[in-house]
Amino acid sequence: MEVAKLTDVTRIYKIGEVETRALNGVSITINDGEFTSLVGPSGSGKTTLLQLIGCLDQPTSGKVVIAGQETTGLSRNQRADLRKGTIGFVFQFFALIPTLTAYENVEMPLLLNGRNAAQRRQRVMELLASVGMTDRANNRPDQLSGGQQQRVAVARALATDPKLILADEPTANLDTENGEQVMEIMKKLNKDTGTTFVFATHDPRVIKYASRVVTLQDGLIVKDSDGNGKS
Amino acid sequence: MMNYFKLAYRNLGRHRRRSILSGLALAMGTALLMFIAAFFQGEMRSAMETTLRLNSGHLQVLAADYDPDKLSVAWKYLIEKPEQVAAQIETLEQVDVATPRLLASGIVTVQDDSVGVQIMGIDPASKANDPYRHLVSGDFLAADDREGILIGYPLAQNLGLKTGDQLSLLVNTSDGTVDEQMFTVRGIYTTGTTAYDKGIVFLPLAKAQAFSGAGDHASMIFVLLKDREQADAVAAAIPGGSFQVKTWRELNSLLVLVNDFSNAYLTVINLIILGITVTVIVNTLLMSVFERTREIGILSAIGMKGRQIIALFLAEASLLAVGGIAIGALAGWALSVYFGKVGIYFGDLGLSADMLFEDRIYTYLTLESAINLIITAFVFTIIASLYPARMASRMEPVEALHSAQ
Ligand SMILES: Nc1ncnc2c1ncn2[C@@H]1O[C@H](COP(=O)(O)OP(=O)(O)O)[C@@H](O)[C@H]1O
Ligand SMILES: [Mg+2]
Repeated sequence: MEVAKLTDVTRIYKIGEVETRALNGVSITINDGEFTSLVGPSGSGKTTLLQLIGCLDQPTSGKVVIAGQETTGLSRNQRADLRKGTIGFVFQFFALIPTLTAYENVEMPLLLNGRNAAQRRQRVMELLASVGMTDRANNRPDQLSGGQQQRVAVARALATDPKLILADEPTANLDTENGEQVMEIMKKLNKDTGTTFVFATHDPRVIKYASRVVTLQDGLIVKDSDGNGKS
Repeated sequence: MMNYFKLAYRNLGRHRRRSILSGLALAMGTALLMFIAAFFQGEMRSAMETTLRLNSGHLQVLAADYDPDKLSVAWKYLIEKPEQVAAQIETLEQVDVATPRLLASGIVTVQDDSVGVQIMGIDPASKANDPYRHLVSGDFLAADDREGILIGYPLAQNLGLKTGDQLSLLVNTSDGTVDEQMFTVRGIYTTGTTAYDKGIVFLPLAKAQAFSGAGDHASMIFVLLKDREQADAVAAAIPGGSFQVKTWRELNSLLVLVNDFSNAYLTVINLIILGITVTVIVNTLLMSVFERTREIGILSAIGMKGRQIIALFLAEASLLAVGGIAIGALAGWALSVYFGKVGIYFGDLGLSADMLFEDRIYTYLTLESAINLIITAFVFTIIASLYPARMASRMEPVEALHSAQ
């Protein structure tokens, strides 16, 4: 089944008179259960592509279909609604809300989805356990290491059981050990729950986990191959 | 339901000093609003009250046909057995004092100088006549005095009269003729209002009635209430038919106008204070929006909608507002109560013909206007906060996230 399907997508950034073609006619289909790695040099368009798949942004031209729904022309709020149930994000920087504890950060998407208190409690504890963060549930982000923060971010991305998780260089700010740990967790979740993962990276230690490797260059897909970590 | 207030509270705690300072700005603004309102109300109240006590009273009960411009003492224009009517009115709970007065027109002559005056017959014992008891020289009238008269200081100056001097007074009587008699100046009064003092002379009511041929009649029952805002209620309680009742509002339209004008002026001052205060709050929130651009992007990425982001920032604004305004309201109220007792000394503000200002202003704040100000300050703060809140809600998640990298 197709989780996301992009057809002939371009994205042109315009700053003043300067135009940057970040994506230059990209077509890609992400299937259910994939663990896909987007690779390519810095500036090749990986982040832009993730943002389009994630409905955080809209293409200059082309078609984006997410979970069977055409996203062209959706309002900001409609896009927010679509993201809320379907897509989870893990960012390069440890994107936790600094005023909330690990528990509350994971709980936030559940609150936004209107789950009741009992459902939330159960789900949050389950998720924190799956990323090995149960004992730090009541710590604020500034009391956690980078790796711990990123694990909480993964738990948060998973909270609403999204079909698709998008991770933009999730290990870039982590040391080897923590990077491997986060990748192991994501891989395990991919196996256990069938959640689809797409992550942008140029970290070879990450690429080895991928079941599919898509290579970008100058806004174009130049290579699409099976990875080592075939699932 | 999201607990926006929990989040808002923690966000304010992130920059505790800044939050406290903007809360204090709001507190000072509110306190200032209340104090200025109390000051204005206090001043207007005392000016108004002084003027009313001197001039029109809170209510005047007149005969149905009475025409205040004619000053006629023909019986058909007057109230019969005025002491009884006054005593009856005084039984009403809201009434402080009710006293009969007889008004007649006359001319004072001293040698070759003549001056037209209004003769007012009063009950010297009534406390309604306290404003005339401030004497430059001599004594106040006694009820049974048959030759004594009380004149104002400017009139005495004008005619060169001293206490004990004689003057000739001519009166238009009830049958349309005139009568004339010599009186002795018992005392010289001053109310501080020249326009008033130069034109009114006092006789004891009984003497005025006898002199003008008014018999057992008076022109009006002059009424002071415990609370002048009760005027309409009391007016309604006095049986119509043979009487007409005029309230202080009807009798002082100019003064009421001045009062309204001063309220409008107060509104302008309020708006300025609110504007300044609210700018501080908006500034704080704007800073907070810019600092938290990335966070707003994250919240948006995980599915928070525009209106929820607005709600989050409005929750912060209302926490600031509740805290700041509560402290400010307490301070403003305390100041108003304190200066309501002690007064603020301003020296002699001088006197105008229509209004009397005392040299000490006592602040006065009604609960109603305090509540109005509190609500206004709150509503203003929230409305102004909509601007930064909407700005936060309109950030595109990509741009918000980008600014962090
Ligand atoms: N918001 C933006 N405004 C202008 N140019 C942008 C923006 N985001 C990305 N770009 C440009 O688009 C190109 C692709 O960027 P990006 O998708 O971030 O690449 P990658 O993630 O592979 O490094 C780059 O040249 C980058 O400078
Ligand atoms: Mg990138």
